[in-house]
Amino acid sequence: MKSGLEVQDFSVDYGAIRAIRDLSFHIVPGELVAVIGSNGSGKSTLIRALSGLIAPKQGSASWNGISILGKKPEDLVRQGIVHVSEGKSVIPELTVSENLALGGLWRKDKLDVAIATQESLAIFPVLASRLNQRADSLSGGERQMLAIARALISRPQLLLLDEPSLGLAPLIIEQIFVAISHLQNQFGLTVLLVEQNAVSALKIADRGLILNLGELVKAGTPADLIADPELRTAYLGF
Amino acid sequence: MFIDTLLIGISSGAIYSLMALALVLVWRSTRVVNFAQSGQAVLSTYIGYEISVSTHNYWISLPLAILVGAILGSLVDLLFMRLLMGRANSGPIAEIAPVIATLGLLGLIQSFVGLIWGNAFLHYASPLSGKGFSFGTHTIPFSPQNLFIVVASAVVLAIFGAIFKYTDLGLALRASSFQPEIAQLAGVRVSRVRNIGWAFAGSAGAVAGAVITPTSTLSPNSLDLLFVSGFIAAVIGGLDSLVGAVIGGLVLGVGFAFILQYIGGSVTFLVGFIILMAVLLARPRGIFGHKVNRRA
Repeated sequence: MKSGLEVQDFSVDYGAIRAIRDLSFHIVPGELVAVIGSNGSGKSTLIRALSGLIAPKQGSASWNGISILGKKPEDLVRQGIVHVSEGKSVIPELTVSENLALGGLWRKDKLDVAIATQESLAIFPVLASRLNQRADSLSGGERQMLAIARALISRPQLLLLDEPSLGLAPLIIEQIFVAISHLQNQFGLTVLLVEQNAVSALKIADRGLILNLGELVKAGTPADLIADPELRTAYLGF
Repeated sequence: MFIDTLLIGISSGAIYSLMALALVLVWRSTRVVNFAQSGQAVLSTYIGYEISVSTHNYWISLPLAILVGAILGSLVDLLFMRLLMGRANSGPIAEIAPVIATLGLLGLIQSFVGLIWGNAFLHYASPLSGKGFSFGTHTIPFSPQNLFIVVASAVVLAIFGAIFKYTDLGLALRASSFQPEIAQLAGVRVSRVRNIGWAFAGSAGAVAGAVITPTSTLSPNSLDLLFVSGFIAAVIGGLDSLVGAVIGGLVLGVGFAFILQYIGGSVTFLVGFIILMAVLLARPRGIFGHKVNRRA
């Protein structure tokens, strides 16, 4: 049994297109891995298949030795795998505190839900002053913080983050990435971070996987990836 | 006279509100206008009638009719809508098939009711008097049963309001109807929660049927007009808003009562449809509807 996230010969279709082709990789517990790629590289499809929103065509995926395929997202949340979807995944019609509460609704241990809520608010203090506001009154960065905070209340072991930097100003991106890095270091979370923003993602990642048209181009430490001039111009964009 | 008319209006408006609430509950979570709702309500009322005949007790039959309404609502979702929506899930048919299916289901339930109970007008009796309250020599058209209708509707609406606003289940219901995918990713079992929404809708319709029927008679189609009024009320309220459904129902009930009193019975439905068209033309999303279509 392999601990961590083990993905083998994974293929996923997006409509009629094969968006992910024979992808294999392994993330050890506590690791922060960035999946880098441009639009259409299949990285969002990968994360949606891992969280149970869509079914892969073939291959296997397991978390700590237990297969995660064929399960619904709400079951995977109970197994410690939480997906924060692309584009500030909060419910705009609900208040900030209701959005946070959603993450703990399914949990029996209400005391720990309260503790987790306090911890999340300590990481994103700006949310604490906005608890009774509707989520649609928040800025883009605050919504992203709220989405991550809600995920933390589910006490995840594996956090799947889909483009947390999307549409945010550089300063806010920096704040959010510092927080993600903090989650890994302080809470021992395993993080799969899907990003178009290679610079920011590789700054905090232990390893990077570069995807292009659904196939793995290269995997390695940020230093290795950045050192390769070909990769830099073709995929990393700096 | 004015107060009398207002009271009568509130009493029928309360029933429209319940019917509108039943429609809104289903619409919000599944984007389906459930035309079978009046059929479900009439079936649960018939079962309430049977229970009251065999137990000679209206007060036993009422909660059981509500329970039957809830079970029916849940079954319609489980055996019917879920299956259908799983099969017709893309293209234009996905939008229209469920609505057509609820019309088919309405016919199915009403025929079934006709088959079992026949088309005779039955009397589902309540121990409360249907005669108006008297003050000295003046008797108003508002009876103890009317008062009970208002109180029962208010209690049901308050219970639903409290569930939605203050409980975990209510939060899950709201989240599942606003953004099902995000709710799912947060760990909410959306299809189970939706099913509870169908059960709530069924019970609201059952309350409406079981409290209004003692004021007239019971037949397979006896709740159809009520459904139409409830539908108009729901659209006035924006189809999306629980508060809107309640206010839409009251506005319509009071409006109808005044027209009946001061203009005449023959124009009430005409005016109902004029109000509906006016609201749709002036404010297509209804008085309380949300600005953007969240499904877009």
